[in-house]
Amino acid sequence: MTTTTTTSTEPDAPAPSLLRFATAGSVDDGKSTLVGRLLHDTKSILADAYESVERASRSRGAETVDLALLTDGLRAEREQGITIDVAYRYFSTPRRTFILADCPGHVQYTRNAITGASTADALVVLVDARYGVVEQTRRHLAVAALLRVPHVIVAVNKIDLLDFAAGPFETIARRVRSHAEALGLPDVVAVPVSALHGDNVAVRSERTPWYEGPTVLEALETAPSVDEAAVAGAGGGAGAGGVGSAGDVAGAGEGLEASAGADARAGWRFPVQLVLRPQDAAIAPEFREYRGYAGQVAEGTVRVGDAVVVQPSGSRTTIAAIDTADGPLREAGAGRSVAVRLADDVDVARGDLLSSVDDAAPAARRFHAHVAWLAERPLRVRDRVLVQHGSAVVQAMVASIDGVLDIALPGGTLDSSIRAGHELLLNDIGVVELQLAQPLAVEDYGRHRRTGAFVLVDPQDGATLAAGTARAQAPGSASDAYVRI
Amino acid sequence: MTHHSPARASTLDVLESEGIHIIREAAGGARRPVLLFSGGKDSVVVLHLAAKAFWPGRVPFNLLHVDTGYNFDEVLDFRDRTVARLGLRLTVARVQDYIDDGRLRERPDGTRNPLQTIPLLDAIAGHGYDVVFGGARRDEEKARAKERVVSLRDEFGQWDPRQQRPELWNLYNARHLPGQHVRVFPLSNWTELDVWRYIARERIELPSLYFAHEREVLRRDGMWLAPHHSVRARAGEAAVARRVRYRTVGDASCTGAVESDAATLEQIIAEVASTRLTERGATRADDRLSEAAMEDRKKVGYF
Ligand SMILES: Nc1nc2c(ncn2[C@@H]2O[C@H](COP(=O)(O)OP(=O)(O)OP(=O)(O)O)[C@@H](O)[C@H]2O)c(=O)[nH]1
Ligand SMILES: [Mg+2]
Repeated sequence: MTTTTTTSTEPDAPAPSLLRFATAGSVDDGKSTLVGRLLHDTKSILADAYESVERASRSRGAETVDLALLTDGLRAEREQGITIDVAYRYFSTPRRTFILADCPGHVQYTRNAITGASTADALVVLVDARYGVVEQTRRHLAVAALLRVPHVIVAVNKIDLLDFAAGPFETIARRVRSHAEALGLPDVVAVPVSALHGDNVAVRSERTPWYEGPTVLEALETAPSVDEAAVAGAGGGAGAGGVGSAGDVAGAGEGLEASAGADARAGWRFPVQLVLRPQDAAIAPEFREYRGYAGQVAEGTVRVGDAVVVQPSGSRTTIAAIDTADGPLREAGAGRSVAVRLADDVDVARGDLLSSVDDAAPAARRFHAHVAWLAERPLRVRDRVLVQHGSAVVQAMVASIDGVLDIALPGGTLDSSIRAGHELLLNDIGVVELQLAQPLAVEDYGRHRRTGAFVLVDPQDGATLAAGTARAQAPGSASDAYVRI
Repeated sequence: MTHHSPARASTLDVLESEGIHIIREAAGGARRPVLLFSGGKDSVVVLHLAAKAFWPGRVPFNLLHVDTGYNFDEVLDFRDRTVARLGLRLTVARVQDYIDDGRLRERPDGTRNPLQTIPLLDAIAGHGYDVVFGGARRDEEKARAKERVVSLRDEFGQWDPRQQRPELWNLYNARHLPGQHVRVFPLSNWTELDVWRYIARERIELPSLYFAHEREVLRRDGMWLAPHHSVRARAGEAAVARRVRYRTVGDASCTGAVESDAATLEQIIAEVASTRLTERGATRADDRLSEAAMEDRKKVGYF
């Protein structure tokens, strides 16, 4: 065991870009072992952490060090030999910094696997080469499709048990690829690996001369990341972006619009978290009358001078200033936490969504969504739930349940595999229609990841019940268009 | 303004914005939030982020410190100076009070670190705090690696690692029933190195014992402990002068110093980048008690 590979001593060196990834796949397919191998082979494990895993392996009677124990850190996990909840680990290579989420495969803990995948730019899906694609593999691929995880890397694992033969790998790779592509998952890379022995994890294996693709690490190092897009945007940049350009008036309509427009000049989204009005609590007298709206840019780049629509009220104004504790900015890119001041005295509260007048976010009282149901009790029509969307929480009722995804159907798309169903049970993915007590600027998740995502919350005990991704209605289609088969 | 403006967001930019977002989100939905502040580097960074989150207003909630009675004087001075500089209010819950009136008893091993849990829970319940910000990071320890950013605690302050709520995207659900509360960890995704790089970038002031200095120390269980009324030399132990610094700052009875010449932030960053030992492994006696020491403490309400 040696040192970490990060050796830059600059306080904030031109950072290698950040990639968040998660593992997926069925129980015992080798996710934690792969993660442990990745950490080990990139020299990201410090000596005392390695020794403690060595000790724990020995006390469990293992002859070799069980690298899965690096992430399986809970007492119950070590007793049962499975992962129960997500473990987050951090490592870097000279090319990139990684935040990794090692997720459980057991169907009972699907809610935790979805937790880990929801923030991932890339998903590493493990498949046991002996068994190929099983139900839980399909469930996790469906989750990846639901969440629109941008990159999927399929690691066909335990090839040591099949003598490193090419045939089984190629069969499985073909099958996973066609399944994933049918689900609309772009960019699927398949890698033959032995997580246990390290083949093609971080180091190219000499036992698979027939394989010419990347190692798992190379695939992760080269996948484009989302965060790197730009929290940046401090300082420079042009002034007035959207002033005067006439966009659609974004009133509160019925249902999401399937916006057909191209992304020529993509708009921006800014959910308001807090109204900052310090008054007596101002840090200096000149800020007593300050009034700004705090939040994190969800999408696009906000610029001073941009014309703004406030949702759900529909009021309009312009961005007068963008503030941070470190000074004003002319523009702020996606991911950046700032405060904006508005030119006019319009009514804006926590939970509102500011968006550019160009490509504005419409507000709706009813919308369709894919929902991954994560609670023990079923979801039924007319159930009352809370929708948490950005900082907004509104009451909602289930207007209809249009269908349930049939995991067992191979090769289907998220829509074509939907069968009729009137309730969602634990771990079901279904299409539902929600009716809201107040309008919300919920958008099509496929085009607007941040403003299309929401969670359902139990109004009584506050439990998180479901992950939801809103979907645009295909123009003119009735809701049963989704229910085939 | 010298605040850097890279073409691409650096990891620190991403982490800073994420931390500010978490603080605003949890505070926005809270009735009575509080920030756990010890004067240690992680809580100093959380406070720094909170100051940015609410700028140009002061941080709109109180600070809370659980003092074991064995804390380092220079850290307590630093704590009080920082609180005064920012115009904030600090509540101190004292383990000593609990020992004096018999509600807690000293442990045979002399460490008071695990004794903090009851005063912490009493302070949370007594003041009605519903959202409790802390500086814990997932990279510190394997049980912490499993915890949500917003972590529900029951009426007894217990963390149930088998029943954590799903936490999707950056939508944090802090709802809870009366009597329960949530712990919120804005630095969840920060590593020790990120913390030091950020402190250097932001020129954040820290207690002096984080920097290399001469100190009388004695060797115990492979760690350098500073003699203190809680740490008296035992037979065969002798205090010696060494050049040391602290990587974590907790209670003097269980926090060890490391031998180091790193006296500046740049030197500390270089040292942390090339260290072979984890932060807690090198300096915390309380984590060595058993394989699941941290998990067990957390289950009964520890930070
Ligand atoms: N022969 C062989 N065994 C492997 C390989 N990878 C993992 N294993 C074994 O498979 C078993 C399960 O491995 P884990 O890494 O815990 O599986 P997991 O996917 O993390 O399981 P869950 O997290 O519980 O879903 C362990 O006994 C591993 O040693 C491999 O490449 N070859
Ligand atoms: Mg596992």
